[in-house]
Amino acid sequence: MSTAAEMKKTWLTPFNIIVGIILLVGGFVTILRFTKGLAGVTNLTDNYPWGIWISFDLLCGVALAAGGFTTSAACYVFGLKRFHSAVRPAILTAFLGYSLVVFALHYDVGRPWRLPYPFFVQSGTTSVLFEVGLCVFLYLIVLFVEWVPSALEWLGFKKPRNVIVRMTLALTIFGVVLSTMHQSSLGALYLIAPSKLHPLWYSMFLPLFFFVSAIAAGLSMVLFEGTLSHHYLHDKMDKVYLSEHDGVTFGFAKGAAVVLVVYFFIKIVGITLDNNWHYLLTGYGAWFLFELLGFVALPAFLYAIAVRERNACLVRWAAVITVLGIILNRFNVSLVAFNWQLPPAQKYFPSWMEIAISVFIVTVGLLVFRFIATKMPIFYEHPDFKEHVPHEGEEEEAPEFVEHELKPHPQSLGH
Amino acid sequence: MKRRAFLSLLGAGGAACLLGQSAQAAGPKEFPGYPGSFGVLFDATRCIGCRRCEAGCNQVNGLPAPPEPFDDLSVLDKQRRTNAKTYTIVNRYDNIPGAAGPVFRKNQCQHCLEPACASSCFVRAFTKTPQGAVTWDASVCVGCRYCMIACPFDIPTFEYWEPLSPRIMKCTMCWPQITTGKLTVPGCVGACPVEALVYGKRADLLRIARGRFAAFPGRYLDHIYGEHEMGGTNWLYISGVPFKDIGLREDLGTTSAPQYTSGALAVVPIIATAWPALLVGIYAIHRRMDKVSHEEQVQAVTQAVAKAQEEAAAKLAKAKADAEADKKAAIEREVKKALEEAAKGQTEEDK
Ligand code: SF4
Ligand code: SF4
Ligand code: SF4
Repeated sequence: MSTAAEMKKTWLTPFNIIVGIILLVGGFVTILRFTKGLAGVTNLTDNYPWGIWISFDLLCGVALAAGGFTTSAACYVFGLKRFHSAVRPAILTAFLGYSLVVFALHYDVGRPWRLPYPFFVQSGTTSVLFEVGLCVFLYLIVLFVEWVPSALEWLGFKKPRNVIVRMTLALTIFGVVLSTMHQSSLGALYLIAPSKLHPLWYSMFLPLFFFVSAIAAGLSMVLFEGTLSHHYLHDKMDKVYLSEHDGVTFGFAKGAAVVLVVYFFIKIVGITLDNNWHYLLTGYGAWFLFELLGFVALPAFLYAIAVRERNACLVRWAAVITVLGIILNRFNVSLVAFNWQLPPAQKYFPSWMEIAISVFIVTVGLLVFRFIATKMPIFYEHPDFKEHVPHEGEEEEAPEFVEHELKPHPQSLGH
Repeated sequence: MKRRAFLSLLGAGGAACLLGQSAQAAGPKEFPGYPGSFGVLFDATRCIGCRRCEAGCNQVNGLPAPPEPFDDLSVLDKQRRTNAKTYTIVNRYDNIPGAAGPVFRKNQCQHCLEPACASSCFVRAFTKTPQGAVTWDASVCVGCRYCMIACPFDIPTFEYWEPLSPRIMKCTMCWPQITTGKLTVPGCVGACPVEALVYGKRADLLRIARGRFAAFPGRYLDHIYGEHEMGGTNWLYISGVPFKDIGLREDLGTTSAPQYTSGALAVVPIIATAWPALLVGIYAIHRRMDKVSHEEQVQAVTQAVAKAQEEAAAKLAKAKADAEADKKAAIEREVKKALEEAAKGQTEEDK
């Protein structure tokens, strides 16, 4: 079986080739970045100090990793136990997401080894960025601790694992507090520059916009990722995960619909309070409406229909549109509507190498996710550590035939 | 249950935001600037666009020589901004309505009274000195460039070409040279041939500006740019043409930069304290609800089990009874048959 030809055949899959190229290019650009400086690889200028490494890797990365705190909060704080099987994948994604955000920042900042300076050398507490940094730093630790039980189960360390599992509620609450703060603070970063951001995107509610949209993004990412994992890691999933999958899908879809509707209305309130309606007739106004109608109102509507008709396929589409919408929003705030008074010739457009690094980082994330999800108990419960919270009525001691008669339909709970 | 849960989450977020609103209103009070701090007054009606100030700045700060020499005035054909090799630039503005000819304006750090750059830096790399200058400390800067995002005048610049030790570059009002006694006035001021630049205490500069307004009626607009803009700056401008026509934004308002973020920052302690309490409360409610429903469930299960068992017992009893009856009937049938047989045999024997 292990002849050379056999090896060649198994290694040279299209997937591996593409991944290989991405990693090679990424390594090449990395070397350039640390020998030629940011000027060697990016199109950043003094007018555009932040490019897609901030817009995509930081702003989108953090928003899309919000699934971790929303899922664990839904399950452990809001008592929606049937989301239990979705918690671990979401925590893993969030942990990897945040790790990659921090990894990506090492490319972007001028002196990466000084990234801990704000906490250990000199703190600028008047800076919103300080709050963002501190919360992200602490939350990364929380996520790591939340993820560690998977690794410990894999390695078979029972005692430390049980200690951590007992701290679940405290960790979850700490995570929600930290997430609330830094998700909103990412929006607050731009509060200091009212003269640079187009009035349609600038609002004193920016922190609230970022927070609420991050919840929608997090829920949609869980849905989107669930689909992908379902497709590629199906054999790693246990009965509980699979049987709860539909309930999770429609539960999250309903949540996302509500959050998007709320988001839509607070955006409208924002325009009304600042009396910015007249801007809607300009080019930027059209672009703003495109974002608001096409990527907030539309997915909210699709989610609502999908839940009503129990259409899992439509949920997926709504999730994809929501995720794209969040990316569009973060790009709009940080690049398109930023420096809107600058002549078009001086506006920023990323170089191919900046894009290559972002693609490289996402690819690394996917590979690590796949490695962990195939090795560790993420989509299934480790047989030695089974503690799946049963559905109400699904009592183990109850006689077999009664259980099924009494078990309420998962969806009937929410109505 | 789920819908309620999400709404309560959102409601809480909204409440936190509203609290932030009121916190902002109660934010830091206006800072009038350090008394006796120094600044520079630029007079656009005097500037002749000779670029000597650029040369002076370049020399006293030891900056690299530019590609075009400082006496090459053709560089003025293009609008320029400060960059990491140039702390100050002079721009020419043509075709301004009401102006006899081109008007020049020098640009550099405005040395804000409450600098956006200083408030935005997460390692406090900037210092607003009591003497007026805003300086920057290379030993702590991480190179995040948030100060560049924050500065409303687009002043801080970055050495993008430096792989590992890029610096933020901006005008220091020659503060290092002045404190060490190497200079008495900033390099640009000392180089200006026509006194378009005056260095002095900010309060005196404001008086000088007003004095010129009075001495030359009709020559100036009655506005000192920088007196209140963005909370006030140590660098001041007077001009005969609208400031927006010489590249100074008139829509910046008088709110200082730190005030834009103070509201959001004031919410932090509120979230940090109120949020966990709220979440624990929500958790407790759900646990209570779960416990009740759990008890109800257990009860229901027990009842159902009992009922099922009862039913089963009844069924069994009935089946037993039925079987009994069947058996009885069968026996009776058999007995009857036997009797009949016997009777039949009897009659045959009788024959
Ligand atoms: S002009 Fe910009 S760089 Fe200069 S002090 Fe003000 S905020 Fe800072
Ligand atoms: S680039 Fe340096 S000086 Fe500017 S905000 Fe970041 S750490 Fe502070
Ligand atoms: S040296 Fe004086 S006159 Fe010459 S450009 Fe500078 S400010 Fe204007």
